[in-house]
Amino acid sequence: MPEQLIFAMEVILNGLMAGVLYALVALGFVLIYKASGIFNYAQGVMALFAAMTLVGIMNGQVPFAHVINATFGTHVYNFGWTVPALLAIILTMAVMVLLAWAVQRFVMRHLVGQEPIILFMATIGLAYFLEGVADLMWGSEIKTLNVGLPQGINLWIDETTFNFFDYGFFIDNLDIVATVIAALLVAALVAFSQYTKQGRAMRAVADDHQAALSVGISLNFIWIMVWSVAGFVALVAGIMWGTKSGVQFSLSLIALKALPVLMLGGFTSIPGAIVGGLIIGVGEKLFEFAIGPMVGGATENWFAYVLALIFLVFRPQGLFGEKIIERV
Amino acid sequence: MLDAAQTTDVQAETLLEVNNIEVIYNHVILVLKGVSLTVPKGGITALLGGNGAGKTTTLKAVSNLLHSERGEVTKGSIKYRGESVHESDPAVLVEKGVIQVMEGRHCFEHLTVEENLLTGAYTRKDGNAAIQKDLELVYNYFPRLKERRRSQAGYTSGGEQQMVAMGRALMSRPETILLDEPSMGLAPQLVEEIFGIVKDLNEKEGVSFLLAEQNTNVALRFAHYGYILESGRVVMDGPAAELRENPDVKEFYLGMSDEGRKSFRDVRSYRRRKRWL
Repeated sequence: MPEQLIFAMEVILNGLMAGVLYALVALGFVLIYKASGIFNYAQGVMALFAAMTLVGIMNGQVPFAHVINATFGTHVYNFGWTVPALLAIILTMAVMVLLAWAVQRFVMRHLVGQEPIILFMATIGLAYFLEGVADLMWGSEIKTLNVGLPQGINLWIDETTFNFFDYGFFIDNLDIVATVIAALLVAALVAFSQYTKQGRAMRAVADDHQAALSVGISLNFIWIMVWSVAGFVALVAGIMWGTKSGVQFSLSLIALKALPVLMLGGFTSIPGAIVGGLIIGVGEKLFEFAIGPMVGGATENWFAYVLALIFLVFRPQGLFGEKIIERV
Repeated sequence: MLDAAQTTDVQAETLLEVNNIEVIYNHVILVLKGVSLTVPKGGITALLGGNGAGKTTTLKAVSNLLHSERGEVTKGSIKYRGESVHESDPAVLVEKGVIQVMEGRHCFEHLTVEENLLTGAYTRKDGNAAIQKDLELVYNYFPRLKERRRSQAGYTSGGEQQMVAMGRALMSRPETILLDEPSMGLAPQLVEEIFGIVKDLNEKEGVSFLLAEQNTNVALRFAHYGYILESGRVVMDGPAAELRENPDVKEFYLGMSDEGRKSFRDVRSYRRRKRWL
């Protein structure tokens, strides 16, 4: 087998894995967009916030340590204990639910019935507010996150492929774990929204707020639920990205990569977010591999956006987006 | 004749009592200027009037859907079975048995017909078996919905969507349905069909209706009692049979007068001289 083809296969595999991580972030966007028609700009920051909170709790950091110390002249930074990963994840989830409630109570509830653009602006404000809070709470230094996920080269794949092609593929264990978790997450979310009463109510709210109110569905409850689920997805994404590249503020920038993913997959489709993520992941890696050297590299920065632009022209609702139903 | 027989027992128990309410939108626009009405148990009460008379606002004031449109009840009281309901959540009213079918259907477009119906049972806590039983009941009244149960509601016809909206309301096991403009945009034959079902539901299932309708002719044929709204005030009320014979109602709302049908132009000039209040 020609060497180039084998390299390309490895690139594709790695692209798929990277795509899963994009998809995880995109998923959070889709959830909130579906249920409330809000494009939640803060989704990326929520992932960052979740990851920072997780690290903070695990390390027994005192939240708002700098503020407390500056106000009271004390020097407390640590509680002096560490929390096991699983417990910390549960506690972080509780924080995310609290955040969902706060967002609903203090921001979204007052904006019911406003134009989508106003809601969108509100989420931009929320993003920067949350980033500030995260900074105040846990400090701005880069932290490592280790919840016990396997990392490093998968030796089995390396060996097997070496036996086949005389060339061992480098696949990170973490990427494999991320793929499995993302698959489970998507299956669970689809099952929830299709087959449960609350899931149905969530889709009903997405279609028509007024009608949902009229049959006795509480918008408040549904929105808190949706923001909590989105918070959970953000937590999973935060754990994956945080483990991979450290918990740092640039993490919130991955949210921007989720945008082309959404344009590709459609803003309203959960499977679309996954497929879109995979296409972008594979596409940008393959493009960089095949065309990159000819144009001087660094194509990964713009490839996704150009692809999304092309999609916007020919299929504005995305691959899996709901058809815009227009009866005349 | 139906209404002649029914008018005698209108004295039944009062379900809904709206007393002199005022509604203001956006803190400035006064839409209702003191509307009072009662809905008796087992009756079909019609709320009539032209565009912008305040019919929809009255219904939404009762079902508490005003809040999401920046409207509020500033004066008066709304009582259901003697309890004040005017500050409660729409969900609370649905649980009490009052549900609104909104003007323009408002189906959940991307949900299937059956899923639409099931959302109507959202507040119910009496178990799946009972809900399935009521689903069959709804399909019984609207056989066409059974055929289309798996299609997305957004792709069904206007008449079918009206049926979905009404079936969805039925799924909540309502005592009173606030039905807003069921005839809007439907062919006359379909309007008859829909009103026929309203009558059936009223007689066989004992559902009371408060019906807002511009189509005065049809509404007065099926209703037992009628209120006529104009510019946010009730200007006339009475048993449907009496309203139908009232010369002013004939003139303004049924398009007839003693001299027979008039041309539109005459009616308008006449109207300027003679108004309700």
